[in-house]
Amino acid sequence: MQNRPEKLINDGVRLDGRGPDEIRPIKIEAGVLNRADGSCYIEWGGNKVLAAVYGPREAHPRHLQDSRKAIIKYRYNMASFSVEDRKRPGPDRRSVEISKVSREALAPVLMLEYFPRSSIDIFVEILQADAGTRTTGITAASVALADAGIPMKNLVSAISVGKADGEVILDLIREEDNYGEADMPVAMITETGDITLLQMDGNLTGEEFIKALNFAKKGCESVYKLQRRSLIEKYEKSCSD
Amino acid sequence: MSEEVVIPGCFLGEGVTAGEGTFVEENRVYSMVYGLVKRDKKEVEVIPLSGKYRPKAGDLVIGKVIESTFSMWIMDINSPYEGLLRLSNYPKRIEKEDMQKEMRVGEMVITRIKEVEFPMRINLAMDDRKCAVIREGVVIEIAHTKIPRVIGKGGSMINLIKKKIGCNIFIGQNGRIWLSGSDEKIELAAETILKIERDAHANRLADRIDRFIKEKKKGKGKNAK
Repeated sequence: MQNRPEKLINDGVRLDGRGPDEIRPIKIEAGVLNRADGSCYIEWGGNKVLAAVYGPREAHPRHLQDSRKAIIKYRYNMASFSVEDRKRPGPDRRSVEISKVSREALAPVLMLEYFPRSSIDIFVEILQADAGTRTTGITAASVALADAGIPMKNLVSAISVGKADGEVILDLIREEDNYGEADMPVAMITETGDITLLQMDGNLTGEEFIKALNFAKKGCESVYKLQRRSLIEKYEKSCSD
Repeated sequence: MSEEVVIPGCFLGEGVTAGEGTFVEENRVYSMVYGLVKRDKKEVEVIPLSGKYRPKAGDLVIGKVIESTFSMWIMDINSPYEGLLRLSNYPKRIEKEDMQKEMRVGEMVITRIKEVEFPMRINLAMDDRKCAVIREGVVIEIAHTKIPRVIGKGGSMINLIKKKIGCNIFIGQNGRIWLSGSDEKIELAAETILKIERDAHANRLADRIDRFIKEKKKGKGKNAK
């Protein structure tokens, strides 16, 4: 691991040259896996994430079935090569927690009552990590769910905000996450403004919190546009040729 | 033929009838699935581009027998739910011991969805003229969302294939298609249908398919010589 850079923000310019409220470049592609019912590949700055959705399909084991609605399974998994120091493969405390909160972040938009007794399985694989992998995962999973044709009320977009060198910043990179003062992932239904996930690591004052939330709202709007475009592009591609 | 693609949550209109693939919130109609918008005079509906087959009463489907119990056959109907064909819904009176003679595990059957009970218990029946156990030909599987394209407007596409190839075709609403005829005809029909699935949203699909069949036939002729 490298050492802490002397300054995370220099005259309002961050380590990678962004301003405080700018997001990293994002590339989203829907429908990348043939065997999955829906899928999405996303490159978000240094993050590379693959999401796959299977189902609705029969829920196993049977006692998990709900006769009124579908159940959701969400598996967040980091590849052992996704971080600098090899990550020990398999579920751990952190990934179990992220799977739980991500599942709950997506549940409000899914119309589960259309497929009682079934299971919707979401797999999110982090191939390369550079801070904000849970938000990248939720963003990708949301596109993959739409691609799978699952009835939904809207898409969920997610982004992280935080604080480094005393300044509120949008979409943290690894250095800002590791050495900054706060990190706050936010997921929301962009069109309605409903927040479906909000966690915070570190401290923010009330004022900073409001500012951070406004940054997140703005960030989610950009993310939402890219999510929508990726799905429309997939259709357009299927038309040409 | 420029079509309107929508993602879930797109606003579609106010004061219109909400058709399939949509939901209503405070009198406003939104899309519920990723698909294409179809607007009629009063109704708006979204045709999904993908998704699993959700059984609907009255649909004719092709099921695959996966289990035969003492009173019913359990069938895979290419959906998250199994279909149940009870002995009482079978047209002939048969003894329980003879169930294996009527249809064996692994066989394909054309059957009708009689009713969908809570919670998605699917009862099948063999009460349509077309219902039968499939004992010849081939069954292929495509995405059920592409079935309307294979049928075409008023059956135009399917009639084109039948006329040009001369193969018997039965289309199940669940995405399974039964082809019967000579081996070459089945092969050509299967290739054509898979091409329709691949190019489902291309412009002038009928012309494309017509050309595709012609080219394939020509190619075959040369190989024979």
